[in-house]
Amino acid sequence: MRSNLRLFLVGGLLVAAGLALFVSGFASSSPDGLEKVAGDKGFLQTARDHLFADGPLADYTVRGIDNERLSTGVSGLIGVLVTFGVGFALFALLRALRTRRDRSEPTRAP
Amino acid sequence: MHIPDGFINASTSLGAGAVAAGGLGVSLRRAAQTLQDRQAPLAGLVAAYIFAVQMLNFPVAAGTSGHLLGGVLAAVLVGPWAGAICVAVVLLVQALFADGGLTALGLNITNMALVGGIGGYAVFLLLRKVLPATKAAVAGAAGVAAGISVVLAAAAFVVEYAIGGTGGAPVGTVLAAMVGVHTLIGIGEGIITALTIGVVLGVRPDLVYGAADLQAPLVLEAGEVT
Repeated sequence: MRSNLRLFLVGGLLVAAGLALFVSGFASSSPDGLEKVAGDKGFLQTARDHLFADGPLADYTVRGIDNERLSTGVSGLIGVLVTFGVGFALFALLRALRTRRDRSEPTRAP
Repeated sequence: MHIPDGFINASTSLGAGAVAAGGLGVSLRRAAQTLQDRQAPLAGLVAAYIFAVQMLNFPVAAGTSGHLLGGVLAAVLVGPWAGAICVAVVLLVQALFADGGLTALGLNITNMALVGGIGGYAVFLLLRKVLPATKAAVAGAAGVAAGISVVLAAAAFVVEYAIGGTGGAPVGTVLAAMVGVHTLIGIGEGIITALTIGVVLGVRPDLVYGAADLQAPLVLEAGEVT
């Protein structure tokens, strides 16, 4: 991996983490497009609670952190790190599987 | 845009789950074929960035907000197949935050990763055909395609609502309302996408999958050949 790419990755992660940690608390709390339409057209009440609605990170808050903006920000930071980890791991696995398959294919004689 | 549990009935949700699984299966296979070494951390970064920006709801009209979906952004950065997987990863992680119903995961992946991401990338390719081969045109095409992709994803929801919606609202009025508000949200999606692609094109243009043709071909000079 070129160091230049590492710099780009670290910079990009810092931007994502910064947005999630410091900016998310200032996002609009109005209902999003689908939620608004559902309310206007009378089918919002058909929504059921999420299975993890009482989970420790439900609704982008961290249970135990009372400050609303900080709670949202920390939950966002956790989400950014988890998403990066899951994405990186999934694609690394995909690459590893392909490498193994490539090796197992018979090579042609020169 | 995240559908909660209950909006769409179980059989339609299950059907969308099958569509999502099939689409992601194809995406995994296609992504594996073209995967380069540097793409694994890059795809992780793209997913993480989309997660972060999806939290940033912006106001679009009285009492309504919208946020980035990121399908076209991901597709232009890492390719349509890897991009769809990135969006699916974001949707999966968001379950931890109780965002988007678990039974609606197939619906949400279909709308945002497949229709919005891969469908939006097709729009991007069409736009690139008629626009000049410049960085500015790539960023602009990504922005316009991203805006259209939000309307496509909203239309996909209306199709699902027409098939298995539980609320009983007339499909025509749901369609008009969904397309109307998501046209406004699409403008925000387009601006964020064009700005992000523009910045990456400025810093590391070689990392933008959708601009690979802009890279100057390597010219081997006779003296360099050993």
